[in-house]
Amino acid sequence: MTMDVRFAVNVRPKDGILDPQGRAVEGSLGHLGIAGVSAVRVGRRVELTVAAADDDAARSVVERLASELLSNPLIESYEIEVLGAASSADSESSVGAGASA
Amino acid sequence: MTVRIGVVLFPGSNRDIDAVNALEVAGAEPVVLWHDDASLDGVAGVLIPGGFAYGDYVRAGVIARFSPIMRAVSSFAADGGLVLGICNGFQVLTEAHLLPGALLRNRGLRFVSREIRIAAERLDTPFTDGLDDRRALRMPVAHGEGAFYADEATLDALEANGQVLFRYVNEEGARAGGEDDRANPNGSLRAIAGVMNATGNVAGLMPHPETAVEAVLGSDDGLGIIASFVASAAGRDGSGTARSLASAAAR
Repeated sequence: MTMDVRFAVNVRPKDGILDPQGRAVEGSLGHLGIAGVSAVRVGRRVELTVAAADDDAARSVVERLASELLSNPLIESYEIEVLGAASSADSESSVGAGASA
Repeated sequence: MTVRIGVVLFPGSNRDIDAVNALEVAGAEPVVLWHDDASLDGVAGVLIPGGFAYGDYVRAGVIARFSPIMRAVSSFAADGGLVLGICNGFQVLTEAHLLPGALLRNRGLRFVSREIRIAAERLDTPFTDGLDDRRALRMPVAHGEGAFYADEATLDALEANGQVLFRYVNEEGARAGGEDDRANPNGSLRAIAGVMNATGNVAGLMPHPETAVEAVLGSDDGLGIIASFVASAAGRDGSGTARSLASAAAR
């Protein structure tokens, strides 16, 4: 008997690592007429559903995925968020995964 | 006998034909190795070419790291086999922890595709021992994520251990500056263009020596690097031959 748990993994550039994407966002602020915004850091959020025997087992799967694939410990840190028990509507697998041109 | 060198083909590799051509120009027999196979087919060296393996999704090189062929490449490297990663191949090798550091998005944010110059830091490695001197070598770069990064302590250790293999240089051959210097195309720290592992048998670089191996391509300055690698692999082919005989016997 397994349960489905929905997680989010938030991956961010580590403090002190230059983030060119964050810098690009800052560079665009003038074009938007926005002042007073600084220290922009652009990361990545990955949401996933894990089928496991219990919460701890599910979390250890996510830990491994986050540390080995979703983040590079040299340059990024991550935090795991539990979103709760997954409903069937959450388990579509194709939503937005890496879909950029 | 012609030395056989593997060229790893991932979904998304796109410089594999250039790598095959360069190996042929250097006198080797290229052997294309499919990412989903766990065998190196007894090759004497492995070249991981450029491209966008697995679409570069998540981070360049990371998904390729978990492919069956990379498990074989890792054990080949652990046994002292020669492995050269170019561009995306360099990214794959850092993600696989076979090389130190990481390749960040270019500091100028742009994908950079133009000619640059690098110079070898050392002429006594399997990847550079065929070069005559440390003059500037002209070849292209083509990447969006090539800024070499490691923390200061790691950079110091790489320099102390002689693991910095290539640096970006200007037209006069002087070491490139930081991200504001056009000679450093991506803002690599300490102008590092290529590194080796501690045991000196795995190397990677962002520029493309394999597309600069014949005058008709605009430059043949890259041939010395490819030819060094091929000759060094041929020199070590005893173990490779032994391996391929053993695997043939096992079939």
